[in-house]
Amino acid sequence: MPDQGRLPLPAEDDPVGGGSGPPEPAGAPTPTLAPAPGRPAGPGASPEPDEARGLWRDAWLDLRRNPVFLVSALLICFLVLIALWPGLIATGDPLRCSLGRSLEGPSPGHWFGFDTQGCDVYTRTVYGARASIAVGVCAALGVAVLGAAVGGLAGYFGGPWDTALSRLTDVFFGIPMVLGAIVFLSMITLSGIWPVVLIISALGWPQIARIARGAVITAKQHDYVQAARALGAGHTRLLLRHILPNAVAPVIVMATVMLGTFIALEATLSYLGVGLRPPTVSWGVDISAASDGMQFRNAPHILLYPAAALSLTVLAFIMLGDAVRDALDPKLR
Amino acid sequence: MGRYLLRRLVQMVPVFTGATFLIFLMVYALGDPVTALFGDRGPDPATARALRAEFNLDKPLWEQYLRYMGKIFTGDFGTAFNGRPVTELMANAFPISFRLMLVALGLEMVLGVALGVLTGLRRGRALDTSVLLATLVVIAVPTFVLGTTAQYLLGVELGWIQPAVSPDARLDELLLPGLILCLVSLAYVTRLTRTSVAENARADYVRTAVAKGLPARRVTVRHLLRNSLIPVVTYLGADIGTLMAGAIVTERIFNIQGVGYQLFQGIVRQNSPTVVGFVVVLVLIFLLANLFVDLLYAVLDPRIRYA
Repeated sequence: MPDQGRLPLPAEDDPVGGGSGPPEPAGAPTPTLAPAPGRPAGPGASPEPDEARGLWRDAWLDLRRNPVFLVSALLICFLVLIALWPGLIATGDPLRCSLGRSLEGPSPGHWFGFDTQGCDVYTRTVYGARASIAVGVCAALGVAVLGAAVGGLAGYFGGPWDTALSRLTDVFFGIPMVLGAIVFLSMITLSGIWPVVLIISALGWPQIARIARGAVITAKQHDYVQAARALGAGHTRLLLRHILPNAVAPVIVMATVMLGTFIALEATLSYLGVGLRPPTVSWGVDISAASDGMQFRNAPHILLYPAAALSLTVLAFIMLGDAVRDALDPKLR
Repeated sequence: MGRYLLRRLVQMVPVFTGATFLIFLMVYALGDPVTALFGDRGPDPATARALRAEFNLDKPLWEQYLRYMGKIFTGDFGTAFNGRPVTELMANAFPISFRLMLVALGLEMVLGVALGVLTGLRRGRALDTSVLLATLVVIAVPTFVLGTTAQYLLGVELGWIQPAVSPDARLDELLLPGLILCLVSLAYVTRLTRTSVAENARADYVRTAVAKGLPARRVTVRHLLRNSLIPVVTYLGADIGTLMAGAIVTERIFNIQGVGYQLFQGIVRQNSPTVVGFVVVLVLIFLLANLFVDLLYAVLDPRIRYA
């Protein structure tokens, strides 16, 4: 890299930098500091729900102006809508196919053409959203709940609990996800989305647990938690009312980003023949059928449309996760 | 340093035991190796019983596991049901996969860090935006779609490469499979390096280095990069396991007879000793890679000391 002219120092997009002077030009946003003197808290009211809402409202204000968030959120709303009611935009039946039209190209009324079995690719692509999104959403929920519970308890109780639960987390972290999922799914005889959801949740939670543990350890040291404890709040109340609202943000962000990768993982497992299987309509199943023996060589449309739908969905969830993280992470403000 | 290493190795024991036991449980409790051996025809009950007794499949699970682990530590990974020892399969498969992983890891490190530094120093410019977009596309399009398409376009249509890799898997043949294998990680490494470099470019020590008149290249490589690499190295360490496991897809596409290929064959044929044996070794590699990364921290950041 001989053309390395100069280093951005401080980076050009930094509005505060430039002037040397005293370090920390304490002016701009320092939201966590002392409550504004003009607004005394009500008698006895604990200040933390207000603060929590502050973070979320700030994030929302930030997100509303973020084009990346708006585009991905709109796309996700649309995808969820057609996952729930595919009949809205597709009139056919994804399982009614006529072999006579096998691999026919796009034609009016059948924009995406026909696949090997003579099924309408458009209808199958629309109906495929349901399985993919159901797997992604359920697995992300499972991972978030399981990870937050284990990580939260480890971080909150500390000591031997922490040691035991952290080792448990390490054990599950030690199994590569694709590997464990293939082994599990090939050994059981059940098929459908639930085994896939189950194994992804079972192997995916350690990442969330590590994040949740760190967040809870930070949150439990705050003064308002000590205050609540001094007032006699029990473990359940402390955890659910005081710590959870302040530790949940990183978990949500991580789960959103993972949601996208879970959808891709489902497709990969279906491609390997152990995920969802044929009578279930899913993008993974269709892509797998299209790439089997390079069927797409003569009819690229059978690979293109399901693959594009899958990629767009994964992209939407990853971008949403990125945007939410940027909004919730005060370091980047 | 020595004590730290020892403590970490001791900590690894329960994790290794737990992870391998989970896999063992999945294979031996959920599947039935003897029935699988007979395929669609049901086995004769007497033969099945004899086989179960021969392979200790009639003992309780924990005892099977202990016997299995005991054997592993004497270098005996058991006989696959087809008669060949599992170790022979491993001796053929691991060098190939290891080469593939090295190619992938090398590409990922060199390209990822280079792109990350270039974009991190020029945030918001055209190059930055286009690289960032490219990483998003790479992350979103599933590997097996990219793999089959690249194989078809480069191998079949253009004829630049052999579509299938030969059994001895030379390095030049592994270039495209390695690239496909590492693409997603490459995108993450790029993004991670970019964020890290952009953050550290404002650090005081970089300011000092620039102020004392060091050439920009030296500042970037010796001062900025060294500190920015810590999260990247963490990621790369954890990625070794992912690459080894992700090779199942890549090796299937390009017909490479490595670990992923043999493992997949073992899974499809429910060949339990093969599956458990390979996974045990993979888990061990994964754990050791993570340990190695933790030790590397001390090299990269002199502030970190291990007692």
